[in-house]
Amino acid sequence: MKNFEKGNMVPVPSHSIIPERDVGETPVLECVHLGIDFGGLRAVDDFNFTIGKTEIAGLIGPNGAGKTTIFNLLTKVYTPTRGTIIINGMDTSGKNTVQINKMGVARTFQNIRLFSNLSVEDNVRIGLHNQEKYSTLSGVLRLPSYWKKEKAMHERAMELLSIFGMEDVAGWKAGSLPYGAQRRLEIVRALATDPKLLLLDEPAAGMNPNETADLMENIVKIRDTFNIAVLLIEHDMNLVMGICEGICVLNFGQIIAKGTAQEIQSNPAVIEAYLGNKKKED
Amino acid sequence: MSKTKAIKKGSVKTIITYALVVVSFILVTVFSKSGMLSRSTQGLLVPVCCYIVMAISLNLTVGVLGELSLGHAGFMSIGAFTGVIISMSLQTVIPSTALRLVVAILCGMVTAAVAGFLIGIPVLKLRGDYLAIVTLAFGEIIKELINCLLVGIDENGLHFIFNPTGTKSADDLGLSEAGKVIIKGAQGATGTQTIANFTAGFILIIVALFIVLNFVNSRTGRAVLAIRDNRIAAESCGINITKFKMIAFVLSASIAGAAGALYGMNYSNLTSAKFDFNTSILILVFVVLGGLGNMLGSIIAATVLYVLPEALREFSDYRMLMYAVVLILVMLATNNPSVKNLFMKIIPGKKEKEGTVK
Amino acid sequence: MEFLSYLISGISLGSVYAIIALGYTMVYGIAKMLNFAHGDVIMIGGYISYITVSSLNIPGWLSVIIAMAVCTVLGIVIEGLAYKPLRSAPSLAVLITAIGVSYFLQNSALLIWGADPKTYKPLVDGNFKLFDGQLTISFVSILTIVACIVIMIALSLFTSKSKMGKAMRACSEDKGAAQLMGINVNFTISVTFAIGSALAAIAGVLLLSSYPSLMPTTGSMPGIKAFTAAVFGGIGSIPGAFLGGILLGVIESFAKAYISTQLANSIVFAVLIIVLLVRPTGLLGKRIQEKV
Repeated sequence: MKNFEKGNMVPVPSHSIIPERDVGETPVLECVHLGIDFGGLRAVDDFNFTIGKTEIAGLIGPNGAGKTTIFNLLTKVYTPTRGTIIINGMDTSGKNTVQINKMGVARTFQNIRLFSNLSVEDNVRIGLHNQEKYSTLSGVLRLPSYWKKEKAMHERAMELLSIFGMEDVAGWKAGSLPYGAQRRLEIVRALATDPKLLLLDEPAAGMNPNETADLMENIVKIRDTFNIAVLLIEHDMNLVMGICEGICVLNFGQIIAKGTAQEIQSNPAVIEAYLGNKKKED
Repeated sequence: MSKTKAIKKGSVKTIITYALVVVSFILVTVFSKSGMLSRSTQGLLVPVCCYIVMAISLNLTVGVLGELSLGHAGFMSIGAFTGVIISMSLQTVIPSTALRLVVAILCGMVTAAVAGFLIGIPVLKLRGDYLAIVTLAFGEIIKELINCLLVGIDENGLHFIFNPTGTKSADDLGLSEAGKVIIKGAQGATGTQTIANFTAGFILIIVALFIVLNFVNSRTGRAVLAIRDNRIAAESCGINITKFKMIAFVLSASIAGAAGALYGMNYSNLTSAKFDFNTSILILVFVVLGGLGNMLGSIIAATVLYVLPEALREFSDYRMLMYAVVLILVMLATNNPSVKNLFMKIIPGKKEKEGTVK
Repeated sequence: MEFLSYLISGISLGSVYAIIALGYTMVYGIAKMLNFAHGDVIMIGGYISYITVSSLNIPGWLSVIIAMAVCTVLGIVIEGLAYKPLRSAPSLAVLITAIGVSYFLQNSALLIWGADPKTYKPLVDGNFKLFDGQLTISFVSILTIVACIVIMIALSLFTSKSKMGKAMRACSEDKGAAQLMGINVNFTISVTFAIGSALAAIAGVLLLSSYPSLMPTTGSMPGIKAFTAAVFGGIGSIPGAFLGGILLGVIESFAKAYISTQLANSIVFAVLIIVLLVRPTGLLGKRIQEKV
């Protein structure tokens, strides 16, 4: 297993820790008392978490703990019942999914959501929607701005695809890609929207150990190249413990532990959540 | 390698589409000039063009935007009656019929676009079958509203009466001696000067194709395709769903308005009952049989399916029955694997038969 | 008095819509398809009843049973030949096929029975007067309303209590899971079509008893209206179809009486659009949250 260099973690006021290098900067994400109810069920409750500007953070927990629900809250697919989400120091109340994306949050999905009838390149171009703009009229009449921006889009799309070495499949139908490549394409598409915070929902699901190792390198590489923060949900503990700096453990919608990989691994509450407590049953 | 291949494939198809339209136009014009086409066939030329444009327009809503519309004839109707009113009222102002035709078509486009925008507000909030029923409702409402409309013109300008109780007649318009009634309620437009022609139809097809194909291959079009493929992912890519749905819907409506305007000016008498639910369905059939999102398919399907029932006139009562059977069989043959295989075996003979009928 | 009389004729018309809408909604619930041919099954039911009465001279109620039997068979045959092969096809393909079936039925009727309208003899004649003869209610109206209520209750009991009804609800939730539970999905869908078509026959006879003109296109407009009613109430919901049908009938009746005959349908459709704006899945429809 390769050793990745990690930052030294320091506490911040919201009872979280962020890398020391990010202390002087506005955190990319701050959640305060975030929560949502579905009917009578408190799916997420009192979620407090801060992510530094260039941190790779992890969100783990057993199935049904509410991890994806938190992604849906952060991207306003669901509207929070309680609490505040602050992105780059700006409050997000009243904002919708589209505005959240424009504020700099991009995501991938647990059950892959590509534009599967379109080509790989078109998927990335759609991610570039708000980066290379021209009017509908210039598009229909093929005015100079169309040609200029389309060229720019093509170049940018190829550049982004090259992160995962996917330039060769740019003309393929996205739906015809193998599973792992579809997951990588989702990441590229999210990156195309020029995010400050990248949310990855189980990026290594269905990948073999070699692919996962490559993915880990690439996540770190993406963070370093784009100078952005990453929050990932993952069940593969090698990946989480290997690259995540701050880790948050969720169970039944509540945070049961926060800390660095070492702290989490030795936390009794975490072990209980994952393995169950034998003594209680006795 | 595969990328260049894919792009080439796309542009080759675009070229074929344009080429087919141009070549057909030239051939038909030559046949027509040399007197090889019967009067009844000549009479089909303009409506065929209109229905082709309608199919292209509806394909934008159903194939590209991915929403089922059951009231597309409503936009055609708005375009048609707007076109008729404009062309009749500008008879003295613009003596050139060609120019008047263009102005009338543009006005038809604008009114249909406005209607598309207004109906788009409720329609685009809904999904699936709920959306379909609202478009159906819209088509029926337009039909009845136009049935209540009395329009006339004299030297003082246009006179309108909205006649929901059916108690008023054209005499109530208060036209002067020189005045002329353009729309007579349920009797529709009467005495329209027929200024539509095949060349105009051909140009309209080319323009519609140009707009729609360029639209689909642009930033806006891709956003619309993204919404069709995966709404939630599109939103998370920062695409404003309502805005882009609306753009596509309004564009589709305006093209339908243009087709309607041309259609309206091809007949001296036209009632709004012509643009009912069945017409909307007819156009939908063209689109589905031609292939969703496939403009070339729409053109071919609209031509064949519009001309076929006319060509089968000698079978009189049986022709619509045959049309129904063909429709069902085609759907089964294209969508059911075992029926598909069965057809593959017998298809050579069948194709020839179809050819001779045409 | 006038008001009451319009209300009753509205409820009566609405009852017919409701019966048709019940057929629409059941088929939609289980097969997730808009069966555009449903309206034409009504027309076929009407013709069968008309023909058996006029040529065989049998009593009206017997003709209804024959019409129901014929329509049931017709429904099963249509489903088996045209829709079953398209079970996994895109919904638009099924929709177009349904349109093809609709054309087929209409044109078959045209060939067999001709285009000129036939005058249907109502199932029951006569009427009774209330309030010193100020309010006249026809027996047909009463029969229609009673039939609708009986059918609605029977269907609700059937779907909630009987084994077949439970199978239907299971299939409409998840066909794959239902199959794994040992439910014969194809058979269940056939039964649903059979019930829907039998209801269409009843609706046809009741419709023609109030509006006796019978033509090959008789079923189209009531079919569209009933589809609207089903959506109005929330498609897939049995009480929704009932409520939607009745409301639609009443609105139509009042619109004709007090606003404009010419715009009656427009008013009905405008109300539908407004209702859908407020409740995007109809009055009693389920709200579905897409899983992300």
